[in-house]
Parts: sequence; structure tokens; C-alpha cells
Amino acid sequence: MTIKKGLISIATALVLAAGVSACGGSSGSTSAESLSGSIRVDGSSTVFPFAQAAAESFNQDQANVKIAVGESGTGGGFAKFCAGETDISDASREIKPEEAALCKKNGITYQSVQVANDGIAIAANPALGVDCLTTAQLKQIWNKGSSINSLSQIDPKLSTTKLSLFGPGTDSGTFDFFTEKVNGEKGATREKYAASEDDNTLVTGVEGDKGGFGYFGYSYAAAAGDKITIVGVNNGKGCIKPSVATVQDGSYAPLSRPLFMYVSEKAISRPEVKAFLAKTTDGSVSIAGSAKLVPVTDAQLAAAKTQLATAEKNAK
Amino acid sequence: MTPVTSTERERVRADLVRARSARSAREGLIKGILVLAALLSIATTTAIVFTLLQQTLSFFGTVSPWDYFTGTKWTPLLAGDQQSFGVLPLLWGTFYLTGIGLLVAIPCGLLAAIYLSEFAKPRVRKAVKPILELLAGMPTIIFGYFALTFVTPTILRGLLGIPVKQFNGLSAGLVLGILVIPTIASVSEDAMRSVPSSLREGAYGLGAGRLQVALRVVFPAALSGIVAALILGASRAVGETVIILIAGGQEPSMTLNPTQSFQSMASFIAATARGDIPQNTLKYETIFVVGFTLFCVTLLLNGVSAKVVGRFRQVYE
Repeated sequence: MTIKKGLISIATALVLAAGVSACGGSSGSTSAESLSGSIRVDGSSTVFPFAQAAAESFNQDQANVKIAVGESGTGGGFAKFCAGETDISDASREIKPEEAALCKKNGITYQSVQVANDGIAIAANPALGVDCLTTAQLKQIWNKGSSINSLSQIDPKLSTTKLSLFGPGTDSGTFDFFTEKVNGEKGATREKYAASEDDNTLVTGVEGDKGGFGYFGYSYAAAAGDKITIVGVNNGKGCIKPSVATVQDGSYAPLSRPLFMYVSEKAISRPEVKAFLAKTTDGSVSIAGSAKLVPVTDAQLAAAKTQLATAEKNAK
Repeated sequence: MTPVTSTERERVRADLVRARSARSAREGLIKGILVLAALLSIATTTAIVFTLLQQTLSFFGTVSPWDYFTGTKWTPLLAGDQQSFGVLPLLWGTFYLTGIGLLVAIPCGLLAAIYLSEFAKPRVRKAVKPILELLAGMPTIIFGYFALTFVTPTILRGLLGIPVKQFNGLSAGLVLGILVIPTIASVSEDAMRSVPSSLREGAYGLGAGRLQVALRVVFPAALSGIVAALILGASRAVGETVIILIAGGQEPSMTLNPTQSFQSMASFIAATARGDIPQNTLKYETIFVVGFTLFCVTLLLNGVSAKVVGRFRQVYE
């Protein structure tokens, strides 16, 4: 018994030692300065894959910095951020005045850094056979009080299949953005549709119902491939489908938007937070690619670096 | 054998007293720990009720209870004049899906119980019952995806050709029923097995067949336990969250058409709490109000169950 136990503990010790030396080796060889500590990130579920990819990439060099990434949504993220519970808040929109007021009340000062772009895709089940809709038609479907049940009601040439509508939950940044741009009033929406905070649920719904039709993040729509049709949007300048280029330059109007990381000026005084943001901003193009988001342009990157520099200057 | 002296006797007595007092101290400690454990569950329940009540009262300071309990439009997360707090669609979704579930679970569960208690050989029962109870211990998220990725496309659309929506009440309700079967079967079986065998033997002696004994003697004798099992099952279904969240859609509706999407109280709470509602707003309080409503419904069911059990209980000596 005791011999066996002894052997096990020796084996464990060996494995541990091997692991530790391997980790030490990789972090020591690539970076001169080894940082530690922890960074708390929370916020938008659209930015979540980006933040997670950024954390993984950062941890390749700095394995001792613990980065906790949450996805409470933009609003939930700001609530925590302004209560001083997080260091970085992911946002798929700019901070709201009431949220900013809460931050101010709690003495949290911050800067916003644009890290990527996102487009909202209009997705339809291929059986609906719809290729392009105007913003006005989208509004007809989704606006407050709408009773549109089939696409033929907005254009007789389109399908008469009964629509089965899917959209994001009412407190997500996607919902705010879509209703503001399409329906003309933030928060105004038709009431009869299936709402979910989970974009995969929305994809499943559009894919599974013959009359499936909805809107959600472009990254999720692109990942779904042929199972759904991404519908082009005509905002008066012809039909434009969302793509990296059209989302980036904003020509996929009005449904493309910037994504941000808000950083508290107090947090950026910590070396690990400063290093994380510097690396994330520098590498945002490749991180956005792996997170299936649309990367920033050169001009957007330059602006982000300026914001970051301001935050570092104000750091306390 | 030397005679026991009085001093020795006193020493033995003193030892005994010391041992006894040590034991009673130990027992006191154990009793204290047990009492603490019991109090902890009471304290937790009280704290939950308190939390729910606090937010609920605050909610009813803004929304009238009348509007809440009689309104037929549930859109608490929308803004401005579109916001409406009628809880009936959620109550309807909860009970309607529970109803579909019980339509499946009651016959299946009771038949299984009768088989296991009256017909199965002891060896079969020993093998089958743990498997049945394993089903009860399965994480419900598995049932949820079972409903979404198998029952809806393969069974309902494929095999039966029912034009259900991707997220529909029928699939969620059926799987809810499957979830509840083990609860009903297992508890009813226990109730039926505890019917004294003298009753069965008497019936056999009068020339009754096996089925007659099961249905006319054992079943009525075990009725209180069976009703308790049904209510327990219903209670479980009413509070079930994940299956409806995943497979039932997230659309509050008051339709009788089971191919449509529904939302139940528990799935509303889960979906909304997962989202990014700002805290300390009216929207945030709806989570607690619905939670409190659900709590009351479950409490009511349990109360009814206790009443029923007391009323129908037949005592055999």
C-alpha cells in the first residue's frame, strides 16, 4: 500500500514538474517581462468571442495573467463595469447616458476602444426564396404594431408561406441597434416574434421553419452557411449584402456597427491590463478574424490607439 | 476473586459518570449540528421568500395586481406604451405544456407502476426500477435537446407529418411528460407495493384474477399515494425550465394550437435572467414577480397534495 502510494505521489510530482517547466519555458522565451494578476472582462455577447480570442492570444505570452471573460450582455456588462466589478466592458453599442451617469456616480472614468465591426444579418429560410428587401419593407415586417404574416403582404411577388419570426432579446445591443436603424425608434418592435438572447437558437429557428425569418449577428449568419439565406438590404443605394468589406466601410447600411471595449482608467494603471489592451488593439485584425467578426480598418485602428493612449495618460 | 472494596466501587462509579457525561456532551454536539442543518433549510426558504417578496412588492407599487393577474399580453421587456404585464400567457404556457406532459406521463407512469408492482417478477423489478429512476436523474438539458433535435424533426415532422414550428409546445410538452414518467411510476409503485398482501390474498381467495386485483383492490387502496405521485409529477413539470426554454420557443402565447411556440414562467425567468437587463428596474423585478407566482403555484400544488393524501389515506393494521 504505502509503496504504491509513494510511487503515485512521485509520478504526480514528476508530471507536475514537467508541466511547470514547460509553462515556464514558453513564457520565459517569448516575453522579457512576466506579468501576473487578473483581468475581469464582461459585457456584450457579440464581442464575447473576440474578448475570448484576445485572452487566449495574450495568455500564450503571459500565462500567469488570469483573464475572466463573461457575457452578461452590453447592458449587464456596463452595470458591473460602473459598479467597479470589472476592468473592461465589452459593448456592441456606445454607453447609454444613464449607464454613464452610474459610472460617474461611482467615480469610474473610462475610454472606449473600437476593436472590431459587426453587421446585423437579415436571415431567411431558403424555402422563402427572398433575396433582397428594402429598409422600408423590413420596417413593415418588424415595426410596432405590424401584423405582416407572410412576405407576399409586403410584395405580392414574394412567398405566401406563413412567416415564423426570430429576433434577439430586447436588452441586447443587436435589438437596440436594429430597432433604431430599421424601425426608427430604439426599442420599438412588433410584439409577435420569438425572442432569444442566444444567437444559435435564432439560427436554429430560421433554419428549421419553412417560414423562418429573423435578424442576428452577421458572424452567426455567415457560420450557418447554406442552411439559411442571407438577405441583402436596400437602403436606397441598391441591394447590398453584408460582407467583410461592406460592414467595414459601412456601405452595408444601416445595419453595420462598431464594437468596443471600454476600459476603466483606474484598471489601465495595472501593467497586466495595459499590456492586454495594447496587445489586443495591435492584434485586433487577426483576433477579429478568429472570432468571426469583421476587423477594424486602418483609420479605426489609429483612432483606437489614440483612445488607448488617452486612457494610459489619465491612468491613476 | 478479591472482594471489591468500597473505594474501588466509587472509582468505577466515577468512571461511569465521567464516560456518561462525555457521551452526553458528544450527543449534544451532534444534536446541535443536526438542528443547525434543519434550521439552515428553513433559513434558506425564508430568505428566498423574503427576496422574492421584496421585489414583488416593489413591482406591485408600479403595476396594479389586477393588470398583472388578468392581463393577456406579456411584453414586460418592451419600451413605452408597448410594455404590458399580463401574466396570463405565461400561466397558460406553463399549465398547457404541463397538461400535454401529464397526458403522456399519467397513463405511461401508472401502467408502468401497475406492471412493476403487480405483474413483474422480482428479478425484473430489481433491474427495471433503477433504470427508470436513472431517467429521473438525467439532466433536463439533455431532454431539451432531445426534444429539439429528435422529437421535433424526426418524430413530429418526419414520422407523424405534423407541421409544427421549429420551437413548439407539442414537442416540449411530450418530452416534459417523458421527464415526469419516472417520478409518477416510481412513487405510485411504492404506494401500491405498500398495500398489505393480505388484501391481495383475500381477493385471490374470492376468485379474482390478477388484473382485477391490481385494478380493483390494489389501485384504490393505494389511491392516496398515487394522487400524491401525480401531483408531485405535475409540480415537477410546472417548475421545469430547460426543456421549454430550448424546445418550446420563447414566445408568450395563449393559443390552444400545440404546434405554436410557448413560454412558461420558469423559462421566462431563465431567458430573461440570462439576458442583459439593467438591475433595479421594473423589467428586472418581473423576474422576481414571476418567480414568486411560480413559487405560490408550486406551494399550492404541494398543499393540495398534502390535503389529498390525508383525505384518501386508508390505514391498514
